[in-house]
Amino acid sequence: MNGRQLITDTQNTWCPGCGNFSIQHTLKNVLADREREGQSLDNVVLVSGIGCHAKIADYLNINSFYSLHGRTIPVATGLKLANPGLTVICCAGDGDCYAEGLDHLIFAAKRNIDLTVIVHNNRVYGLTTGQYTPTSPRGFKGKSTPLGTREDPFNPLELMLASGATYVARGYSKKMDLLRRLIREGVGHKGFAFIDVLQICATFFPAADYYSPRVYDLEGHDPADFEAACAKAREWDYNGDAPIALGTFYRKTAPVFGGNVAGRKMSAGDREQAVREVLEKRT
Amino acid sequence: MKEVTVLIGGKAGDGINSAGAMVAQLLNHSGYRIYLYFDYPSLIRGGHNFAMVRGRETVTGTCGMQVDFVLALDQETVERHRGAWKADTAVVFNKDQVKAPGQGIPVKEILSAEQAPEIMGNSAVIGGFAKAAGIPWTTVEAVFTSHIPKGTGQNLRVARRAYDMLATVHTVLPCDNPPVPLLTGNEAIGLGMINGGLEAYVSYPMTPSSGLLHFLAEEQERLGITVVHPENEIAVILMALGFAGAGKRAAVGTSGGGFCLMAEGLSLAGMAELPIVILVSQRTGPSTGLPTYTGQADLLFVQHAGQGEFPRFIVAPGTTGEAVYWSEAAMHIAWEFQVPAFILSDKTLSEGTYSTDLSLSPKILKSDLSLWDKTVPYHRYADTPSGISPLAFPGTAGAVVKVNSYAHDEAGITTEEAETVNLMAAKRMRKEGRLARAMDLYPQVNLSGNAAGTVALLCWGSTAGVCDEVAGPLGLRVVRPVVLSPFPIEPLKKVLEGAGMVIAVEENATAQLATLAARHGIFCQKKILRYDGRPFTPELLREKIREALS
Repeated sequence: MNGRQLITDTQNTWCPGCGNFSIQHTLKNVLADREREGQSLDNVVLVSGIGCHAKIADYLNINSFYSLHGRTIPVATGLKLANPGLTVICCAGDGDCYAEGLDHLIFAAKRNIDLTVIVHNNRVYGLTTGQYTPTSPRGFKGKSTPLGTREDPFNPLELMLASGATYVARGYSKKMDLLRRLIREGVGHKGFAFIDVLQICATFFPAADYYSPRVYDLEGHDPADFEAACAKAREWDYNGDAPIALGTFYRKTAPVFGGNVAGRKMSAGDREQAVREVLEKRT
Repeated sequence: MKEVTVLIGGKAGDGINSAGAMVAQLLNHSGYRIYLYFDYPSLIRGGHNFAMVRGRETVTGTCGMQVDFVLALDQETVERHRGAWKADTAVVFNKDQVKAPGQGIPVKEILSAEQAPEIMGNSAVIGGFAKAAGIPWTTVEAVFTSHIPKGTGQNLRVARRAYDMLATVHTVLPCDNPPVPLLTGNEAIGLGMINGGLEAYVSYPMTPSSGLLHFLAEEQERLGITVVHPENEIAVILMALGFAGAGKRAAVGTSGGGFCLMAEGLSLAGMAELPIVILVSQRTGPSTGLPTYTGQADLLFVQHAGQGEFPRFIVAPGTTGEAVYWSEAAMHIAWEFQVPAFILSDKTLSEGTYSTDLSLSPKILKSDLSLWDKTVPYHRYADTPSGISPLAFPGTAGAVVKVNSYAHDEAGITTEEAETVNLMAAKRMRKEGRLARAMDLYPQVNLSGNAAGTVALLCWGSTAGVCDEVAGPLGLRVVRPVVLSPFPIEPLKKVLEGAGMVIAVEENATAQLATLAARHGIFCQKKILRYDGRPFTPELLREKIREALS
């Protein structure tokens, strides 16, 4: 199905100024590019978690699996293993992917399953109306931590590098051209592609004034250099005051999970024969 | 009735389960029907393991408390099981490790004479048993050749030396039955799933379900399936639902604790109408409980797990033959009705080994799946009279497939609009009525024993074998619903007609099937319950029935 309207008629309920609009617009453009390049969107599946980000599943007119909070990645892994011909993109939130479903994120990186994970990292729970997340800065005053959090955020880029992700990038919802390049690269990457997107939450964490003066594009950085990637990832720890690099931190080619697990097609007759063989072994 | 029971015991790590399997095959090839119970503590080395192998002229699914042969690989086997000895029990033991009355085998001496590795020691014990039981050497040769493909010759030479040293004590006379496959419940469930078109099995290890993971992983290439062992049970069920979303038939397996973690995924399957087959193999609970022992305490949990309301199919096979049949049926039912389908097993069935005569299985009723007819736009949750929406999967030209965990409209778009929420809930629940009607064509309730008996035992799952064996001679009726959801109310009432007393027999503390039946106006007057992790023995059940009837 080509030339489709990529946005559904569903009423959009994101707040005015929400960073999700830019991510959706960028993803839509990347999909439109793919279609122009002759790749059918019938083979694309979007998997979302639960949270503000996840409404994108209702808004984009492509195959989607609106999954559970934190569970984009296992669903996406099942889809990809079941049909390696699918391009599977996860849109996840930071509470979604870094708290509830962190185990899946680490294991997806460890396995190098061929997925693209875009984390809408607004560093706050929006849909549940403003609580801290794993990437909120220390002292963040949310509804569950009115006195301010007493724990440091973790650095998702460092975590992904340590876990074996083969594509690690960071974007910013106010830098749409860069984001478009990163999503394109991530979707094109053979293996596990992780993109942390610093996203404005207009209502609960409107941090544009913090990000905009600090962000800069990675230049002269060799994404094949793991040590350099780690150093760049550590430059800003999601907590203190430091320059915030955007772009592709790390990229490497590695065997993709699934090659060794995909079942082979068998006819009904071959299956019956296989079952007979097993029964014979047990007789 | 010819029958024989062999107890083989030793330390964990002594290979008791595989030695038991060889004894079972010797009896299988002597025409006996087999049940093997394997008892082991939850540790890798050092504890006491034993296998009870029962051979009987007609089908069996239970072990008694008395044994005809004891094969002792350690001293504890002799001490601990004295109570199971009869006056003429024949004892065969490893002379290097054990002091006992009976016939000792100098295992070390035999191994050194054949320059055989220590691992072949059990072949000496099995050879010795064969002689003590008067099993012809040709049978030993045939069984070793087909079941020990590596080092067959050397194993046979080791076995032969012991065979020649020992004397025959009781002759196990051959029966007329041809040998049949000996399957564990887990293997039977796996083969049924394969017959039902299984394409992927996803599981995290948990006793007593792990045998299915190991079996399918071992045979994945031959069977042409994908086997995945992910990070935890949450990932297990979500991954399987990903497979289902892509149109591939997937199953998962676990025990109670792992199933706790799957509950949110189960509810997702209900809401998103994703077909999935779930093996829950029960062990003794609550919590970690007794990991390697049995129980039937998760029926009501499986029945009610998951937030919200949605139809589900639950079947509890009682034998390996039923496990093959119903696991295939469960796969078809899950896909035809787009519902979660449970196979409820327990340690006794999952890890017990049974003679499995597949020629006895009834025919599976298989309907064609409802598939998208290419009418645009595709609506994943199209409202239909049956409640079953035509299927399409991502990758299908022209279809935008939207699967959704939220309340959704027919297109799969999230909605909070009351009328649509109602419509879709009614659509999902319509499938339950449809499923219940479809089940009328299946053998949902098993009736055995004396069909006209005025006293009926009401049981489910793996107690089938022990109930059948005890009920026959006492003239009791045995009524065993195999399908537990949708609950087969009318078929159950029908087979209980004329039964003045119904006795619930269950391996739990609260009589969960009786509770379920009572909701539908079917009442038990007495309850016989066991919940120490051990399966009922015929002796114990007989005694409890006598008490109940006195």
